[in-house]
Amino acid sequence: MTEKRGGYTPPSTPPHAGASSYGRRKNTVGVVVFPGSCDEADALNAVRRAQGLEGRTLWHGDHDLSGIDAVVVPGGFSYGDYLRAGAIARFSPMMEAVGAFAAEGGPVLGICNGFQVLCEARLLPGALLANTSLRFVCRQVDLVVENTDTPFTRSCTDGETLSIPVKHTTGRYFAPDALLDELESRDQVVLRYASGHNPNGSLRDIAGVCNEAGNVFGLMPHPEHAIDSLTGSADGMKLFESLAWVAA
Amino acid sequence: MKIRILVRPKEGILDPQGQAVERALPALGFDDVSNVHVGRLIELEVADGDAAAAQVRVAEMCEQLLANPLIESYEVEVLK
Repeated sequence: MTEKRGGYTPPSTPPHAGASSYGRRKNTVGVVVFPGSCDEADALNAVRRAQGLEGRTLWHGDHDLSGIDAVVVPGGFSYGDYLRAGAIARFSPMMEAVGAFAAEGGPVLGICNGFQVLCEARLLPGALLANTSLRFVCRQVDLVVENTDTPFTRSCTDGETLSIPVKHTTGRYFAPDALLDELESRDQVVLRYASGHNPNGSLRDIAGVCNEAGNVFGLMPHPEHAIDSLTGSADGMKLFESLAWVAA
Repeated sequence: MKIRILVRPKEGILDPQGQAVERALPALGFDDVSNVHVGRLIELEVADGDAAAAQVRVAEMCEQLLANPLIESYEVEVLK
C-alpha cells in the first residue's frame, strides 16, 4: 500500500459546482482525439469526475470549438509520432483551431504527447527529447507545484507536492540556458520533479511549463491517471478541478 | 530534382543515442571511435528548376517541419 502523498482534499466549492440547479452551466472541457491518441478516455473520465466540469471529445479533423471553455490535448502517439513526437499533429485542423483558441486566452492543457504537440506547435517554449536512459519509464513521481497562479493549478498550494505517474520515452525537457532563465524569471516553470524524482534528465528538473500568458500549460506526467486513491493517488484531480474556476 | 537533407542534434545538446552507439562499438573491436552522433537522413524530390531556389524552399520546409530548429541543425544538399 502506498501512503497517499500531497494530502489531497477536495477543494472548496468552485463557482460552477452544482450550478445546474441554479440554471448556470458547468464548464465544458474538450479532449482532442488524434489517430494514435490513447489517453483520451482517461482524460475525459477525469474531467467528468471533476466538480463543475463536463467533457466531450474533439476530433482532429474538425475545427469547431464553440461551447468549449478549455481544451485538453491528451497523451498517446499522435500520427504515430512520425518524424518527431507531436510534429505532425500540429498541422491538423483541430490544432489550428486550438491555436486560435489559445491566442484568445482559452486554457489549453497538454499532457505527455499533448505537451510534445504544444511544443512542436510553438504554443509552448522548449522541446522534449529522448530520455537520457533511452528507456521507457513508467513510475509514480513526486512533483513540486511552483506556480499556483494558472488556470490549471489554482486548486494547489505553493510548494505542494503532488504524486502523479509518468510513462514516456521522450520526456527530457530541453530549452537553451538563456530561455530557461527567462522561463524561471517569469514563473513559467509550473511543476518540477521533486529532488531525486527526475525520470528523464529534464533540464532543471522541469516537469511542466506554461506560456508567457499562463493560459497554455504542458506537462509530461499524467494527472488523468491519478484521480483515485484506489490506484495510488488522487492528486492529479487538482489540475482538472482547477479548470472549474475558468470563467465560462 | 533530388534533395538530401541531413538533420542532426545541435552541438552541445546531450545525445544519448550517439553515446550508446559509441559505447557499443568497442565491444566489436572498434575501440578508436569518438564523437558519435546519430541524426536523420531525409530524401525528397522537387519539381526540376532552379537549384538555388529549391535550396531556399527546402530550408523553409526544414524550419517548419523537417527539423526542430531549437534542437536540431540541418544541411540541404541538391543531388543531380
